[in-house]
Amino acid sequence: MDYETMRQFADTWGLVGLTVLFVGIVIFVFRPGSRQRYEDDANIPLKED
Amino acid sequence: MGTVAYFISLGLAALAAVVLAAKAHDGLFAAHAWIVIIACAIAIIWRARTVSFGGASTAGQEKYLDGVVRAGAIATIFWGLAGFLVGVVIAFQLAYPALNLDLPWTSFGRLRPLHTSAVVFAFGGNALLCTSFYVVQRTCQTRLALGNAAWFVFWGYQLFIVLAATGYLLGITQSKEYAEPEWYVDLWLTIVWVVYLLVFLGTLLKRKEPHIYVANWFFLSFIVTVAMLHVVNNLSVPVSFLGTKSYVLFAGVQDALTQWWYGHNAVGFFLTAGFLGIMYYFVPKRAGRPVYSYRLSIVHFWSLIFLYIWAGPHHLHYTALPDWAQTLGMVFSIMLWMPSWGGMINGLMTLSGAWDKLRTDPVLRMMVISVAFYGMSTFEGPVMSIKAVNSLSHYTDWTIGHVHSGALGWVGMVSFGAIYFLVPKLWNRTEMYSLRLVNWHFWLATLGIVLYASSMWVSGIMQGLMWRAYDALGFLEYSFAETVAAMHPFYVIRGLGGLLYLTGGLIMAYNMVRTIRGDDRADAPVGDAAPAQSAA
Repeated sequence: MDYETMRQFADTWGLVGLTVLFVGIVIFVFRPGSRQRYEDDANIPLKED
Repeated sequence: MGTVAYFISLGLAALAAVVLAAKAHDGLFAAHAWIVIIACAIAIIWRARTVSFGGASTAGQEKYLDGVVRAGAIATIFWGLAGFLVGVVIAFQLAYPALNLDLPWTSFGRLRPLHTSAVVFAFGGNALLCTSFYVVQRTCQTRLALGNAAWFVFWGYQLFIVLAATGYLLGITQSKEYAEPEWYVDLWLTIVWVVYLLVFLGTLLKRKEPHIYVANWFFLSFIVTVAMLHVVNNLSVPVSFLGTKSYVLFAGVQDALTQWWYGHNAVGFFLTAGFLGIMYYFVPKRAGRPVYSYRLSIVHFWSLIFLYIWAGPHHLHYTALPDWAQTLGMVFSIMLWMPSWGGMINGLMTLSGAWDKLRTDPVLRMMVISVAFYGMSTFEGPVMSIKAVNSLSHYTDWTIGHVHSGALGWVGMVSFGAIYFLVPKLWNRTEMYSLRLVNWHFWLATLGIVLYASSMWVSGIMQGLMWRAYDALGFLEYSFAETVAAMHPFYVIRGLGGLLYLTGGLIMAYNMVRTIRGDDRADAPVGDAAPAQSAA
């Protein structure tokens, strides 16, 4: 794969792919019904001394 | 590792170093081989004096491996003081050049990388080693993996620091900023770092806690990314396997881009992601409250990961780097505002409902001001990455001021806060020897940063404006030497700021020694006399 092909892939499908992945992560984090789970996770450091 | 294997491997290493010293092509390489021989000898003698031949007992193993964390806390302060001291020296060298002493070893050019590496890699690196080992054990409810490999990481890292530091003084450098050590020191660090990664991953794998707490995500991303950055940026061809000199694999603008891809992500993943791991564990612990929003911390993490790696080209505005790459670096730097401020808000809001603790707890105060400096310097950074601003700020003292508001304010203060939290815990004391001395440290350091950052803003912007001033005929209005002379008073102020910061560090070291010895100064509580404890 030469430089031009790689760059073209990076600034088209690569960019779209990573953006979709990131947005997907954010949507997943705010999915309904996950509040309790994240509150428990946040308390991990406070569980013991 | 068994005692026999310990002696054999160190003996062989010392023997190999003797051969390298004897066959070395240059005296500097031989000097470094001798340092390795001395290090091996110390390790062998120390172990021989303490070894017990009565058979190893595995019965009384503690739940956590905290010895290496204790060593890391001491090393953090030791190297911190060394780094701050050299920083003060070179600050005054700029104001009073006679302090270069006309000796090659004490010239600014050699002391400057000594300062940057001592504070970033020795002080910051040890702070990260010790806190990451502490946090991963506590949040995974399990002992560090791979037996004593963590001790190898600790001592191997100290050897790396000594080789790098002595190399700079002797004049060994590959001239890459923040990556000055030559090829053989880079290879040694790679070995140490891979073991660090294995220890950390192994501990995560055998965790008793189902969820991996977010602080560990930041620590892991720091370890993985630094490994990648270090290996790629240090790809070079040694002239000889028995000499110090090597040549980098890349040339011209490719080399420059690789260097600043490394350099900026060293800031992003060493000085930011790693220390955010500290923030996400120690701020909730000290405040006694969970982090403000765990969801926000996850979004903070992933947006840093997705954005930071592209910001490096902003170090190469108006150079031979293609224009699109410069713009890309600028755009991603500006986008970094969002995760940085999201993270800052998350750290600060953790105190909501507990703000009163700031009045009485100087350690928490230290952590909070560090998060505030994180917010300030990550606001300033994207501003400076905008090309129009950069044309004024680049190559001036403004950059130095920016770096130090991040380094002294964010990295330094959050490390101090974590160490103040850790020391009483690690040595089984109820609290530091004196919280009032912590308060002194807090104010000395804060005032020092204010002097430092404000003098460098004034000096940097003045310098940039003087460089671009033209007279009516289109000639440059000032010679370079005139701009240097104009900066003198600000160099003195900066040096004084550094001196205050160093004094704070010395107070911390004293406080730490007394705490470890088990003393208690029995201070009156910080803040107004607490009304609830009227009998006291």
